[in-house]
Amino acid sequence: MAHIDFEGKQVEIDEDGYVANLDDWTEGLAVYMAEKDGLTLTESHWEVINFLRNYYQKYQIAPMIKILVKEIGKVMGPDKGNTKYLYELFPDGPAKQACRYAGLPKPTGCV
Amino acid sequence: MATKGKPPKPEELSKISYTPPSKGWMDTPVEFKPGMYCHGTRAKYLEAVGMPFPRDWSASEADWKLPDNWKEIVLQGIKERLQKFRTFHVFMDICVRCGACADKCHFFLGGGDPKNMPVLRAELLRSVYRKYFTTSGKILGKAAGARELTEDVLKELWYYYFQCTECRRCSLFCPYGIDQAEITIIGRELLNLLGLNIDWIMGPVANSYRTGNHLGLEPHTIKANIDFMIDDIETITGIKVDTTYNRKGAEILFIGPSGDLFGVPGNYVTMGELMLFHEIGLDYTWSTMACEGGNFGFFTSMEVAKKLYYKIYSEAKRLGVKWILGGECGHQWRLMNQFADTWWGPPDFLEEPVSPITGTKFENAKGSKIVHITEFTADLIKHGKLKFDKSRNDHLKITFHDSCNTARAMGIFEEPRYIINSVCNHFYEMPESTIREKTFCCGSGSGLNAGENIELRMRGGFPRANAVKYVRDTFGVNMLANICAIDRAALPTLMDYWNPGMDVCGVHELVGNALVMKGEIERTLDLRTEPLPGKGGTE
Repeated sequence: MAHIDFEGKQVEIDEDGYVANLDDWTEGLAVYMAEKDGLTLTESHWEVINFLRNYYQKYQIAPMIKILVKEIGKVMGPDKGNTKYLYELFPDGPAKQACRYAGLPKPTGCV
Repeated sequence: MATKGKPPKPEELSKISYTPPSKGWMDTPVEFKPGMYCHGTRAKYLEAVGMPFPRDWSASEADWKLPDNWKEIVLQGIKERLQKFRTFHVFMDICVRCGACADKCHFFLGGGDPKNMPVLRAELLRSVYRKYFTTSGKILGKAAGARELTEDVLKELWYYYFQCTECRRCSLFCPYGIDQAEITIIGRELLNLLGLNIDWIMGPVANSYRTGNHLGLEPHTIKANIDFMIDDIETITGIKVDTTYNRKGAEILFIGPSGDLFGVPGNYVTMGELMLFHEIGLDYTWSTMACEGGNFGFFTSMEVAKKLYYKIYSEAKRLGVKWILGGECGHQWRLMNQFADTWWGPPDFLEEPVSPITGTKFENAKGSKIVHITEFTADLIKHGKLKFDKSRNDHLKITFHDSCNTARAMGIFEEPRYIINSVCNHFYEMPESTIREKTFCCGSGSGLNAGENIELRMRGGFPRANAVKYVRDTFGVNMLANICAIDRAALPTLMDYWNPGMDVCGVHELVGNALVMKGEIERTLDLRTEPLPGKGGTE
């Protein structure tokens, strides 16, 4: 298994860089992962990441993209409730990049 | 940290060389090219299903952590399968290497690697078969096309058997009728004896074994996702559609692909189906324990496929339904139409499917007791049971991608076209050699729709994309319709790459858009909750 060296610890990740164990995740780790991609996490990013983590706690999977879009629209204003805005925040796609920063596993199957 | 590699630009990728290497194929060692293969499976997924040799390993490393007796296991595996599957034995013997299949494979057309010619891909395994199971191969060796099974040969099998989507286009052109997908299936079974599956297949298998669907959606998640879609339907139509879960005594059990409960544009297919079932008052239920038409076990081994699929019939029995209606899924229909009956025989606790609305008997489903939704909907339309406003789809110029399995394993050609023509005014066919039974694969089937093998997918999808480009440039087509969840997951990426701007949808999204429902408000939004052009919305 691959790992990230972070704050003197080895955090296990899969081959695509997703954290292997949800419990290993910290806010600092998200910041560190984003920095590695040349991204600074703003309040808007955190809005998405926190929503993803809360949703995951309840449903054990990332939300449907439609649910994420609607929620962000509710919280950040209707002009932000679209996939375009989410892609601006997370250029590799909210389903992949945001989930990775949030410490969630990536969904697999016909998706 | 690993991040997804990006494939070369389309201009680069489309420069395909078909010049074979100067040396013979046996003397050309396999080269693992990044972007062309998937991650090896993690141990935990194998453990979840009780499969052998769970360990974390990486295909890009030299040491695959094979068991000491790996060779013995593979040879014993071949022996058992030669005895068990007559087709496999015949297919190992009868190929005359005429090459009719060579240029029919999307991976060869899009990549130019000779080992992706179906004849040669099969030869990778045939050469091993000859060495250990035929007299001529044992005595004459290489002169008889035989070779030793070495670790490099095993790795070569792995590399190329996960570069075949089991689409069976080549088989259509084989004068002997050799089903190359069956050779790939056996090849993957052998690899699975050593724990050598890919992560993208084994993850969904483990999920499906635990929750009944590939994504691992738990009952409350399934309900929450459908509730969300029901809310959207109400916004669009003003109608609150109803549905039920795990309801005993329902007439019909509905099972679609779980991708349609999670991603877009699959969500819009489910919405169209919910609207349709509401409108005709169908007595149906979902099962939260068998909420998956797909079966990635089929890309692993027959045993695992059976293990995952039994839930469908056991849920049908538990709920006491009369028959099963299946959604817009692809390989579900290869399995249901060509394997399920052989595995278990016709289930005696279900009835021969009859449409409760039209009285039509689906005699083709007498054995499996499961009807494809396009058969069901086409029949409703044929009997005048549905009312459509086709103009709601007028901003779309549609072409139809026949999914490999529904086309070649079931012969569903007319039903989706009949439906599309009933709900849309602008439908255009791609060239004849790329549709119906000759359809080209999306390039990502059989569990190869991962992220790390993106170059392989874009290469494999090139022939399909090329045909789509033709109808876009000729007729102005802007929507690529299909009836498979892997298509809906894979084609958007493929189109973004080769034909930017081309959209992708399932057939029942188009149905939902055009369906005139009793008591609905004037529609200004489509199923994507975007303004309908010319309907009070703005373009």
